Amino acid sequence: MAHLLSDGPRQDATGRTPGAGWRSRAFKLLKATTTPLLPEDYVDLFDPLRTSTVLRARVVDIVAETQDAATVVLRPGRTWRGHVPGQYIRIGVDVDGVRMWRAYSVTSGPREDGCIAITIKAITGGAVSTHLVESLKVGQIVQMEQADGAFVLPEVLPSKILLLTGGSGITPVMGILRHAVEDLDDVILLHSAPRPEDVIFAEELRELGANDRITLVERHTDEHGLLDTDELEALVPDWRERETWACGPAGMLEMLEGHWEQAGHAHRLHTERFRPALAEPGEGGTVYFTKTDREIECDGARPILDIGEEAGVLMPSGCRMGICYGCVLPMREGSVRDLRTGEVTSATPGDGILIQTCISAAAGRCDLVL
Amino acid sequence: MTALQKKEHNPVAHMTPEDIESLGKELDAVRAEIIESRGAKDAAYIRRTIDVQRKLELGSRAVLLFSKYKPAFALGTAGLTVSKILENMEIGHNVMHGQWDWMRDPKIHSTTWEWDNASPADLWKHSHNELHHTYTNVLGRDNDLGYGIMRVDEDQPWVPFYLGQPVWNFINACFFEYGIAAYDLELGKYMKGRKDKAVFKRDLGKVGQKVRNQMTRDYVIHPLLAAPTGSWGRTLLANYLSNLGRNLWTHSVIMCGHFPEGVETFTKTSIEGESRGEWYLRQMIGSANISGSKAMHIATGNLSYQIEHHLFPDLPSNRYAEISVKVRDICERYGLQYTSGPLPKQVASAWMKVIRLSLPNHIAAKVKFPSRRKPVAPTALPSRRVDTGEVAA
Repeated sequence: MAHLLSDGPRQDATGRTPGAGWRSRAFKLLKATTTPLLPEDYVDLFDPLRTSTVLRARVVDIVAETQDAATVVLRPGRTWRGHVPGQYIRIGVDVDGVRMWRAYSVTSGPREDGCIAITIKAITGGAVSTHLVESLKVGQIVQMEQADGAFVLPEVLPSKILLLTGGSGITPVMGILRHAVEDLDDVILLHSAPRPEDVIFAEELRELGANDRITLVERHTDEHGLLDTDELEALVPDWRERETWACGPAGMLEMLEGHWEQAGHAHRLHTERFRPALAEPGEGGTVYFTKTDREIECDGARPILDIGEEAGVLMPSGCRMGICYGCVLPMREGSVRDLRTGEVTSATPGDGILIQTCISAAAGRCDLVL
Repeated sequence: MTALQKKEHNPVAHMTPEDIESLGKELDAVRAEIIESRGAKDAAYIRRTIDVQRKLELGSRAVLLFSKYKPAFALGTAGLTVSKILENMEIGHNVMHGQWDWMRDPKIHSTTWEWDNASPADLWKHSHNELHHTYTNVLGRDNDLGYGIMRVDEDQPWVPFYLGQPVWNFINACFFEYGIAAYDLELGKYMKGRKDKAVFKRDLGKVGQKVRNQMTRDYVIHPLLAAPTGSWGRTLLANYLSNLGRNLWTHSVIMCGHFPEGVETFTKTSIEGESRGEWYLRQMIGSANISGSKAMHIATGNLSYQIEHHLFPDLPSNRYAEISVKVRDICERYGLQYTSGPLPKQVASAWMKVIRLSLPNHIAAKVKFPSRRKPVAPTALPSRRVDTGEVAA
């Protein structure tokens, strides 16, 4: 198993470091002992965090933040390369036996024990967030990926900063503040949440505000309604002079992007989206083959395999009835419908959900790796 | 046995196209129900099975380091044999069928799995998942019928070569994994010049590498590891015996799937324009089950539920037992034969057929073979009788 993963970074011993040649030979011997599995497949049985090709983490603590948000402290496996404050990690958990991935910002400040924390807000109808907040247990192993994302402060810190957040959009900003608040001179944090008790990290933020580390402007949308441009002008009159980082609901980000663009300041606004606006899966759509750079139009009633072949795309195929799995391709983004059950499978960007093209019809635009 | 379409008593003649369509709908409903209820329990099952198998393998190999002591030799050999059987049957075969792909775990996925077998995963998936499962029991299309070296149907013309087929079959059983590899390579087709030379060479390279890796592991490295305790010879023997045991076991189980008496075969033309219901029907009457304990079912990779496996090759194996209750009921209601029997009986039945068909038909007819079944007279569908008041011709 996992032979596809066998040429991982572990084997990059080139002989430049002393002992590397010897280690490489020893590893080869070890691999020959466990073939067709890898030595790590046996290590997994006893210590899943020691494996060297797959990053995982163990849940070491769970702290409730609000009624529907919790901070999860994770001890990453030994291949964890660390993060820059503001970045996110993708976490994979099994919900009803199915591996699901979601991105969460790292919210912890520097920790001596090498652990990191993420803060998760349960979303109504959100399978993963709800599962994490309600069912995750200390000691459990989760899958994870290396930190990613450009929502970070530049190396040379700007003198005036505006942080604009809504709801769980506070999480990457909290990560930034916990690391860098001592080094920042003039920070305004404008945060929206439905009610005072819904503010994640409320105590910590209010304390930072009370100690004049930051200027905290807390808004409660149940009372004040959604933030608009007029209110923004009134609350932060000098917004044009500030390097701005914004994270929150898609509607809020669109509003801000429009506003900054209009003022010709788009380059000073940095935004972060966790959940891209997924198109409502529809009847058919454009299928894009990423490696061959081909685009075909597919209706919602016929298999992608048939339409692709008719268009001259060389596609893997097999039984053409959904039983042999010879036609599977990774779907990076988009939605397909299983023609046998009507069930829709969606992938968010970065996913690689494997779909059977012989029984799947496009349900909106989708990107397939071929 | 004769291809269904040429039989004197066609066991599905009592079914109208409407019956077959409704049979298909009932089976689709069974499938949908299982897919709907797939979940954490099933995922835990396959993870536990993999965990048990790997620990058993590690433990057995550790014990074999001291195999100069007889109890360690016996224990290690038995453990390693069971581990190899589990690895090939309940885990490898089923994972490579995509039965666990829905979990989206890249470590337990049909596209990444490689098994402890001479045949590389991708070659096997093509010849087994694609060809055998699509063209189940279609003469001339499904090479699993006799693996190209045996005559398994009265319809196949007899040549003297077939006289030796009980011997070929036994040799094949002992070296089964290599037989499968040769089969997946389409060795016969290549020798007749009907397979592309470049493709064959590439595939041969893959098989060669796989065999080399396995041989090095079982017959060089592990015996060497056992050398310090003076156990290298016994370890080598133990590894050989566990491979042999696994080969004999898998061969027996697989022979029971489509060879026993009562299983139907089909002509090439019969699958043209086949409907979903007809496809299900072919899988159903073209396969045979093995009855037995839960441990026996797991040891066969649940291929003891061959009928259920052929109807739903990509549903998780741990669910075949509950599916079988429904399939049996469907068979009864539609007046179809549900072939099943205990392992010794099914193995004997399959072997009898191999022996019988090694002889020309007219000679075989004169020999009294113990397990040969009388053709089952077609029964009318009760529902049809109620509906129309007559029995279909």
